[in-house]
Amino acid sequence: MSISSTDVKHIANLARLTLTEEEVTNYTSQLNDILQFADKLNELDTSDVEPTSHVLPLVNVLREDEVRPSLTREEALKNAPDQKDGQVRVPAVFED
Amino acid sequence: MSLLHEPISDIHKRLVAKEITPTDLVEESLTRIKKVDGKVQAFLMVDEEGARARAFELGERVKSGETLSTLSALPVGIKDNMATKGLPTTCGSKLLQNYEAIYDATVVQKLNAAHTITIGKTNMDEFAMGSSNENSGYYPVHNPWDLKRVPGGSSGGSAAAVAAGEVAFALGSDTGGSIRQPAAFCGVVGLKPTYGLVSRYGLVAFASSLDQIGPLTKDVRDSAYVLQAIAGHDAYDSTSANVEIPDYVSALTGEIKGLKIGVPKEMMGAGIDPGVKEKIEAAIRVLEGLGAVVEEVSLPHSDYAVATYYLLAPAEASSNLARYDGVRYGQRIEGENLLDLYHRTRSEGFGAEVKRRIMLGTYTLSSGYYDAYYLKAQKVRTLIRQDFESIFQDYDVILGPTTPTPAFMAGEKVDDPLTMYLNDICTVPVNLAGLPAMSLPCGRVDGLPIGLQLIGPAFSEANLLNTAYAYEQHGERLPKLDLEGGEA
Repeated sequence: MSISSTDVKHIANLARLTLTEEEVTNYTSQLNDILQFADKLNELDTSDVEPTSHVLPLVNVLREDEVRPSLTREEALKNAPDQKDGQVRVPAVFED
Repeated sequence: MSLLHEPISDIHKRLVAKEITPTDLVEESLTRIKKVDGKVQAFLMVDEEGARARAFELGERVKSGETLSTLSALPVGIKDNMATKGLPTTCGSKLLQNYEAIYDATVVQKLNAAHTITIGKTNMDEFAMGSSNENSGYYPVHNPWDLKRVPGGSSGGSAAAVAAGEVAFALGSDTGGSIRQPAAFCGVVGLKPTYGLVSRYGLVAFASSLDQIGPLTKDVRDSAYVLQAIAGHDAYDSTSANVEIPDYVSALTGEIKGLKIGVPKEMMGAGIDPGVKEKIEAAIRVLEGLGAVVEEVSLPHSDYAVATYYLLAPAEASSNLARYDGVRYGQRIEGENLLDLYHRTRSEGFGAEVKRRIMLGTYTLSSGYYDAYYLKAQKVRTLIRQDFESIFQDYDVILGPTTPTPAFMAGEKVDDPLTMYLNDICTVPVNLAGLPAMSLPCGRVDGLPIGLQLIGPAFSEANLLNTAYAYEQHGERLPKLDLEGGEA
């Protein structure tokens, strides 16, 4: 499988990145190198192998839904780049 | 030489004997940083005021006769991807340059409870993505053994700070070797615990199924002390393991007679620098001399580990880093609309390697490619894990080099990501299998430290530390770095 500069632009958009033409050229060639290298995994027959998503035998961690101390609104907003009336402010999402 | 080059237990004895005070220790650290960090650049931020205040507070408690823990008053460096309340936590990224943590990571809380003193935040590859620290969004760390060389990454700041005697110890995080590889390059001891042994609450997520926090220390006993302080179950981390924590320090007997050690032939093969191989073979002879039984074993799928890792880790990263959108925290670049704001913030805020990995991960998780790449890699991960399980049926420890070469030159691999990734060949299999492993110095080649890697079954840290301790008692030791005499 090989990846074109159009693919790279499409992926960048999915990842919410805007790339310069130079970046598109570099990433197209670098991602191809990496994916080509990754193709070696196809040498292995894994049809009967279970995937490992996690090494520990994890189960859901549940607890009673009870009120506990948490961050104050002030603390939670401390790093917000823009805020108003105790809320994070962003450009309007919907047109007028 | 720095007082901070002394073992933790020696510093503690002096403190108890009132030969030194917590303030002496902090001043030693701050002075040392002033003298050498201009060259090493291990720190992104030094909290002089906070550290001095904390030292004063601890000094008062010593005077009032309070019994202090072994880690008391030790100046510590915290990798900048761990939340430290009231201090910046930038992850080495411009995108988070103004971010100030609003709570302490569990490991930081635990160290505070053990009365350590946070000196500052250590430099790192942006979002922990890198093997050379050249991906720091601010400035690169230089290897204290040769300033023209890289310190390794991504915990290069933590490793270099310990090697340079700027702090008593430091914390790092290891997703594919980010504690062990810089430990090897900088000639210090680095321990990556079993996945789940140390809480990751407050660690900025890179690849959640692989990330683990661990200590970077001057020697093995120090590593045991620090692990003791930070290990344990945490209700705030649902991937934290609920296991009993043994006494790691008292496990250090140095007795390894009959210990079965396997050396994977794949880790001693053609890709390994002859000088490195020679040092590892010398270390094997030391361990054999102590009664260990060393035999060749095989990790048949290790050749696939780097490819597997560089599919899985970027995939997880692309998802974890979606949160940096300029809305709730971090740098925001305003745009014409919200979508444009996301694009501008992320495109300007992230560096080249982070973008590369986000791109790779987004691609392999995208519709039509998931099965071919991500699922395939998860299946090969199972095979790699089984390779280790099968060896551990007959062996207690696996031994090999931490890195195929000593520290490389800055700039040498920076334009060739794949070559850079291949440097992780000895470390990534361990993360894929979730196992504990450590790197410790085993001598030098051309003046540069070499790392001996020991890998154990899950939750066998006590045995791993003891094996490392046995070697350290009888193996090659490194000199302490002065660094104060002009340009190195």
